[in-house]
Amino acid sequence: MGNFGQLMDGFVVALTMHHVMIMVIGVLLGLVVGVLPGLGAPNGVSLLLPLTFTMDPIAAIILLTSMYWGALFGGSTTSILFNIPGEPSSVATTFDGHPMAKQGEAVRALTLAFGSAGFGAMVGVVVITLLSGWVANFALQFGSPEYFAVYFMAFASFIGMAGGSPFKTLVCIMLGLAVGTVGMDTISGEGRLTFGITQLTNGISFLIVVIGLFGIGELLLTIDEGYKFEGVKAKLSLRVILRTLAELPRYWVTLLRSALIGCWMGITPGGPTAASFMSYALGRRFSRRGKYFGKGEPEGIVAPETADHSAGSCALLPMLALGVPGSATAAVMMGGLMIWGLSPGPMLFTTRPDFVWGLIASMYLGNVIAVVLVLATVPIFAWILRAPFTVVGPLIAIICLIGAYTVSNHIFDIWVALAFGLVGYVFKKLDYPLAPFVLAVVLGDKAEDAFRQSMLSSGGSLSVFFEGSLVATMMGIGILLLSLPLLTALFGGLFRRGAEEGQTSRP
Amino acid sequence: MKITSLRNGASLRTGVLTASALAVGLTGATAALAEWKPNRPVELVVSAGPGGGSDIFTRVVQAALTKNKLVETPLIVVNKPGGSGSEAFNYAEDNVGSPYKVYFGTQDAYVLPLGTKVNYAMKDLTPVASMVFDVFILWSNPKASGINTAQEFVAKAKENPGKVRVAGAKAKDADETVVTLMERAAGIDLAYIPYKSGSEAAIQVAGGHIEANTNNPSESLEQWKAGNQKPLCVFTSARLTDKTVVADGMSWADIPTCVEAGIDVKDFVQPRTVWMAADVPPEAVAYYTELMKKAMETPEFKDYTTRNVQITKFMAGDELKTFLAEQTKNYEKIYADNNWLLPASQ
Repeated sequence: MGNFGQLMDGFVVALTMHHVMIMVIGVLLGLVVGVLPGLGAPNGVSLLLPLTFTMDPIAAIILLTSMYWGALFGGSTTSILFNIPGEPSSVATTFDGHPMAKQGEAVRALTLAFGSAGFGAMVGVVVITLLSGWVANFALQFGSPEYFAVYFMAFASFIGMAGGSPFKTLVCIMLGLAVGTVGMDTISGEGRLTFGITQLTNGISFLIVVIGLFGIGELLLTIDEGYKFEGVKAKLSLRVILRTLAELPRYWVTLLRSALIGCWMGITPGGPTAASFMSYALGRRFSRRGKYFGKGEPEGIVAPETADHSAGSCALLPMLALGVPGSATAAVMMGGLMIWGLSPGPMLFTTRPDFVWGLIASMYLGNVIAVVLVLATVPIFAWILRAPFTVVGPLIAIICLIGAYTVSNHIFDIWVALAFGLVGYVFKKLDYPLAPFVLAVVLGDKAEDAFRQSMLSSGGSLSVFFEGSLVATMMGIGILLLSLPLLTALFGGLFRRGAEEGQTSRP
Repeated sequence: MKITSLRNGASLRTGVLTASALAVGLTGATAALAEWKPNRPVELVVSAGPGGGSDIFTRVVQAALTKNKLVETPLIVVNKPGGSGSEAFNYAEDNVGSPYKVYFGTQDAYVLPLGTKVNYAMKDLTPVASMVFDVFILWSNPKASGINTAQEFVAKAKENPGKVRVAGAKAKDADETVVTLMERAAGIDLAYIPYKSGSEAAIQVAGGHIEANTNNPSESLEQWKAGNQKPLCVFTSARLTDKTVVADGMSWADIPTCVEAGIDVKDFVQPRTVWMAADVPPEAVAYYTELMKKAMETPEFKDYTTRNVQITKFMAGDELKTFLAEQTKNYEKIYADNNWLLPASQ
């Protein structure tokens, strides 16, 4: 109950005209940053940081977090419209969002994404409000074996759930792991797979991979197969938006499941990107309409978006309570906190309750403002879609290349993005799934570090993964998820045969 | 060899300076030397990504200079973390002579070329200043590991050779270096486990998963207050001076030095350094040296050094050059002992 009283105090802090204005500005800036792939939330926040030096810490953190919300929402926009994920965590949104937009339902897809994202974020903030004290202690229980178990679960859910040829999935995962290996190895401090190219020593940025695979890959595919974008049909009436919002409660099972996955992955070190993938994979498995996933299924948007945003909100908690940033954006914000004279960590809740609870209260408001503002932008984006491909095509190409450059201001990255564009095109032509590849690039490196740290600390014994009750449970669930398709094939093959065929036969 | 050549270079440069000052002195142009000012935005290039120690240091300097209106042109922080930070110094090589780019780093500028193949050499950099020193502390989790003092730590490591785990940030970087120094000084064998950052390593110790870690004070401060970590000893030759009580009735000044505690590693500190590219106008170097000195006097910067329990020591000019030469020699020895030197330079 103490938390509730403090939250009310927080609202008193956050609900001033000055702070609400800052939220609006932050969200708008975030939307711009999120829509441009590559620029992204971490870059946007660090660009804004110098402005906050003269502000008081509460206003400053509200500005930065509002920008973060805006960027998270903006990231889904380009995913759906152009198949370019504006943020890494909106990759999974492209799987169904873009097909829906292609079928002329862009407005519905965008509204679904923003509505479920808003719901996810709200669940995340409620979890933070209720469990802040407990979560900090819980997060301390995570040693390297537990980290590995979390990543293992994410992998397992994806491998176990993915449709299509298991062989192709495996190939994609292996290639993804190889890409994730490039660069400086944390454990040995040596460069790997850099081929003597200095630009590669810092690794291949995940964002560039994604811009190439999805943005440029899709562009090449469109040129090859002809433009089939039915954007013209997109109606921009308010009624469509409202009707879609009213449709949302119908997906309550997916919403709840995804929000839970999101919160779990946000509190544990999984993070928003892994959360959205895991939620998509589980959605595909457990939804009655799972076999339509990937072809423009509304639930295929709801699942990753809800998880992404609940994870994004929950990920701020480890930053505040432990001083460990859960994401790149959180790392920049933490730097900001220190410059403003605050030290994130377990004592922040006691030393500066006004700051912590003001921030949490602003998360409620900021997300509401973000949903309203972003819904207001839907007609603008729908209008862009009416332009012919001769206009939109070059525009996408430019956005992709600028995006690749802005990630870290390297010309070299543009070439990398183009190379991955070719990879994406070839993968799609040969019907290799992109999702496992992307997941391996995101998590492979972290999973490897966690595994090797566990091995170093246990002296090479694999039993560490089954010693504690927490780690053993997670590994158990992971193994179960991994073997689920095998089990269903063994026991329920007869019943599910029809559905399996629906999943495997992709055009 | 190295020191003498550095010394020669230094005296040569001052020689040129005096000569040119003399030559133009009569015409009254000496004032121009002190009056060089940037007339367009200046890039502050950081050899680390956003959020890290070097990044915060640079942004504090940026905030201190802008807030107190010590510069008129905008200052832009640019992160170049590629290749462990060598990207930033490589950028200096690409921008020879540019007085609009100032580089911020640690010992990385002169240590990186020892162990990795990098695209720059020390001759591509002009040292400007060294502003503060970050100190390193050995921490334990007294509740989980039962280690309360440095002596207990050494005793435990002697009983279980290779079994006591020490966490730190990255491989072959400052943390692993100090761990190897500690092993050699105390005749112990530790298991070093690298994490991505110092705060991640601290959490592993706070959570009781690892016995100890080495860290800058600020990275473990909050965990100390929360009772999850305890400082065992500090790697400096004299105790820290800050006497404000932090936790358990203990202040920073109450932490014994590692030498007192029987681990003979003194003055392992991390300088926060400022550089420019080679061949920049000497008056620009003079301008930025003066500017950094002014930044250190601001309340913002003083807050920063207090919060991070740093040792404030401003060094520039010849003093800095001597210091850098000594440091490079020390590191060469450590790297040779650890077998970390680049095969080519062995």
